Amino acid sequence: MPANSWTPDQPIVAIHDLHKSFGALEVLKGVSLEVMKGEVICIIGPSGSGKSTLIRCINALNPVDSGSILVEGQEVNDPAVDKLALRKKVGMVFQQYNLFPHKTALQNVMMAPLKVLKQPRGEVEKRARALLTRVNLEGKEDSYPGELSGGQQQRVAIARSLAMNPDVMLFDEVTAALDPETVKEVLVAIKDLAQSGMTCILVTHEMGFAREVADHIYFTDRGVIVEHGPPATFFTESSDPRTREFLSQIL
Amino acid sequence: MNAFQQFFFDLSEEHPRWNFIFFYDPVQTERVLSGLWMTIQLSVVCVILSVLIGLVGAWLQGAHSRLVRAVVQGYIQFFRNTPPLIQLLFFYFALGQFTPTYSPDGWLEVPIISNVGWAIISLSFFAGAFNVEIFRAGIEAVPESTREAAESLGMNRLQAFIYVVFPLAFRVSLPALNNNLVNLVKTTTQALAIAVPELLYQMVSIYNDYSTAQNACMVVLFVVYIGLVGILVTGMNAWERAARVPGYGQ
Repeated sequence: MPANSWTPDQPIVAIHDLHKSFGALEVLKGVSLEVMKGEVICIIGPSGSGKSTLIRCINALNPVDSGSILVEGQEVNDPAVDKLALRKKVGMVFQQYNLFPHKTALQNVMMAPLKVLKQPRGEVEKRARALLTRVNLEGKEDSYPGELSGGQQQRVAIARSLAMNPDVMLFDEVTAALDPETVKEVLVAIKDLAQSGMTCILVTHEMGFAREVADHIYFTDRGVIVEHGPPATFFTESSDPRTREFLSQIL
Repeated sequence: MNAFQQFFFDLSEEHPRWNFIFFYDPVQTERVLSGLWMTIQLSVVCVILSVLIGLVGAWLQGAHSRLVRAVVQGYIQFFRNTPPLIQLLFFYFALGQFTPTYSPDGWLEVPIISNVGWAIISLSFFAGAFNVEIFRAGIEAVPESTREAAESLGMNRLQAFIYVVFPLAFRVSLPALNNNLVNLVKTTTQALAIAVPELLYQMVSIYNDYSTAQNACMVVLFVVYIGLVGILVTGMNAWERAARVPGYGQ
């Protein structure tokens, strides 16, 4: 399918029969899912079920073995994929924040638009300051990551990713490394983003949050999607015994 | 003769083993100063070139091509595992035979790379081999996840290297780099073997001409190298402090 044939009424991310192995270990065994523009989906499941691998495949951080990932109609599983074009469309936030420790919060947010998109500095700085304000970090612009708490660093990471104006945001267990008291401030920032219409794909263990913000929940176990559904029915009417067992342990 | 020169002249008369001849004989003063200048030039040029070689080598070590990586590895093994003195002799006497010559006056055939040129090449590649390993260690200390973050923001390998990986790796590398550059400055004395008129060469010439100046020459050599290396170390330490990031490392 040529890239320009994509229209917003088609899935913005469409994954079909995705397989991925690390050596002898098959982590994804034929995963398919579709995300529409503006949708918020949460992927839940036990550790080692392939959730993180799945979303890392979407922005080509992990190459896949077979299957198809279309992002706005563009095939990611293609050696000739334009990674820059893909990553301009798909932002990613990591569990360990992964900020650039030698740059201040503001410089972290400004770096990619300046160096990758070559946008003018004045404009980039204005937008970066606005983004930091949006994630509630006014006054922290000149702090280095080492001087910020985990929750603050994660919010800088969100702002940094937003600075590229992505169409889709990926969140890979972004609250898993945080102190309980700072989890909320990060979730508030994500919720604000989700409500603004950003397409979000989250891997999370925060069930209450998933139930609150997600349009659709996917449950993965041992490399397959066991079942999925809107949160209203997913949490109460899940039929598969694996889902029920997982939910009973976590809720 | 001024009072300073008079003092050392008198000293050499009273104590013939302590003939600081270059402090009162202007011809010898000139030899010492020209040697010192050559040592400084040699050190500065070799330091800069060896750091550049280290950077390029460390970058190439991360290349996809197995051949490129093998060439870099071979270079490191050769220059790290053989004595720098033999390298100097090899470059000047062996490779020197094969370089083209030119004739400035129509009579004399002069090789296009002089002995100073060979000393610079040889010493830079010698120290550069260590610098590649030093920078590689620094690069390996940068978490893979930091590089991934840069890539997920659309940076290509070179951009991630220039803006993220290298600035972090460099901070880790500075103490080891400091040591290696100190060694390089001291190793420039071995250029004596191919008659590069640096400080040691001049000092040895002086005490071959005036055997009473031997002890004096040694003392001055020690003092000058303590001073030169001291300047380098002070500069590197200041750089290390300036590069320190609040809340990172240390």
